[in-house]
This record gives sequence, C-alpha cells and structure tokens, in this order.
Amino acid sequence: MTSPALATLLQQPSGRLDLLPYAALLDLSFEHVDGELQLVMPFAETLIGSPGRLHGGAIGGLLELAGLLTVIATQPEGEALPRVRPVTVTVDFMREGATQETRAAASITKLGRRVVNVHAQAWQGSRDKPIAAAHINFVLDWPER
Amino acid sequence: MSDFADQVSAFMGPFLGRVPHNKQLGLRFIANGNNWVELQLPYAPHLLVDPDHGIWASGPIITLMDTAVGMASMLTRGAFEPHATLDLRTDYVRSPKPQATVTARGECYRMTRQIAFVRGLAHDGDPADPIAHVAGTFMFAASKLQGGWQ
Repeated sequence: MTSPALATLLQQPSGRLDLLPYAALLDLSFEHVDGELQLVMPFAETLIGSPGRLHGGAIGGLLELAGLLTVIATQPEGEALPRVRPVTVTVDFMREGATQETRAAASITKLGRRVVNVHAQAWQGSRDKPIAAAHINFVLDWPER
Repeated sequence: MSDFADQVSAFMGPFLGRVPHNKQLGLRFIANGNNWVELQLPYAPHLLVDPDHGIWASGPIITLMDTAVGMASMLTRGAFEPHATLDLRTDYVRSPKPQATVTARGECYRMTRQIAFVRGLAHDGDPADPIAHVAGTFMFAASKLQGGWQ
C-alpha cells in the first residue's frame, strides 16, 4: 500500500503527489497552509469539460483526494496504516470551475476506527466562494495482525 | 429512436473525443437511446490511485459517470442546451477488477422545466454486478425548454 509512503511525504511542508498516478495526471501538489493540508490543481487545458469550464469529474476527483490524503495524514504516526477507501461521495457543484488554479482541503467530521466522515471543499481565488464541496464516507481496512 | 437521439448517436463519438478531460482519461462513446447513454473507460495506469495494488482512483469513475448522466440529460432534453451539475452522489459498491474496462450507463428518469434527475451505474463486464451507482441532478436555464416535455 502507498499509505506509509504517503504519510511520510505528507509530513513535508509541501510537495508533489506523483506517488499517486491519478494525482500525477491532474498535476497535483500539496501545501500545509496554517496547519491545513491543501491540494493544488494548476489549470491545464486537459482539465476542461465544456468550453471555458473545468470538468466536474476533475473537481470531484480533486475533492476526493483532498479527503483521502487528509485521512491518511491524520492517522497516528508509526502505526500500521489502514487502506482508506471511499464508499459514498456526494459532490455539490456551486460555481463553475474557471480556467485557473483550484485548491481543495478537507476537514474530518468524525474520525472512527472503521469509518471516517469527511467534508471537502474546492475553491478558486477566494476561499469564501467554494466552487464545489463533497461529503465523503471513507471505510478503513486495517491490515491483519 | 427519436430524430434527436439519432442525431446525437452520430455526433457523440467525435464530440466526446473533443472534450479535453474526457480525451485525457480515454472515455469512449458506445451507444445511446432516447434517454440513456453508454460510455466506456478502458483501463490505463494513470487511472490508479494505488499502483502497488492496482486500485483505481475514484475520480475517473466520477468523470465517467458525470459525463454519461450529463449526456443522458441532454438527450432527454431534446436539445443542446447548456446545463450544469447540481449534485452527484456516487456509491462505490466494490472496486473494479484490475485492468478492467469500466462501462457506464447513465439515464435521465425525469425532466422538469429546470431540473434533470439522473441515475446510472458502472460495471466491469456484468451490469448485474455493478461497481458503482450514481444519482444526481442537473440544472438548465429555466425558460429554454423546447419540444414535447412539460
């Protein structure tokens, strides 16, 4: 599993997420901003879904990765890490994604041992004007002891 | 099929190839009816989130399903009108098999003046054993509805 390598990577102040092929496809990097893990998706022509707008699927993918990585970064250090998999993802699209950088961050509503409830938001420019938000339920699969 | 659905059949394959993000992921048009669309996403290494275990990222599935149900709502609308996804819920029933081609079927089950209600499923070979279900809504500009819908 890539979780331990990811957990180590996410301790850095910033970095690229090429460890995850789909994140590499979206050209994602991360930064810790005021104690919060933020994902950064630079604009690229390949992200366009309809003329002048980002594809909702790319925004959904970004939100989900923000949730996933926030969950991985929250796991206690030095312990066996679970496999984290999304079971339900509900995305609300509030504004169209313009052809510019998009950021996403997630907060954990409830961190359980088996289920983690997460709220993720994506924005462009102004944090106060999210373009999309997702409610994600992750299930944790713990390695056999 | 309706004239519009026939028209869409001819147009959809080349259209899909011109949408940059769909092209980047490798989406293919398979078939459509009056209110449904079938698309495919063949396996590619860049679709994975965990290459060590061959586990797919879920973002590509969202893109696939969003595209399929979006096209289904346009078909049901009977016109090429701009519309936007309001929300989309995806339930991941199970992981796709490694290196599988994922097939998505999206349908629009109700069209109102402003809102298209859609649902769909994705499978990796057997529609009776899906990998994901989706439900969502699309929003149209209110006044432009044409054709035979209320």
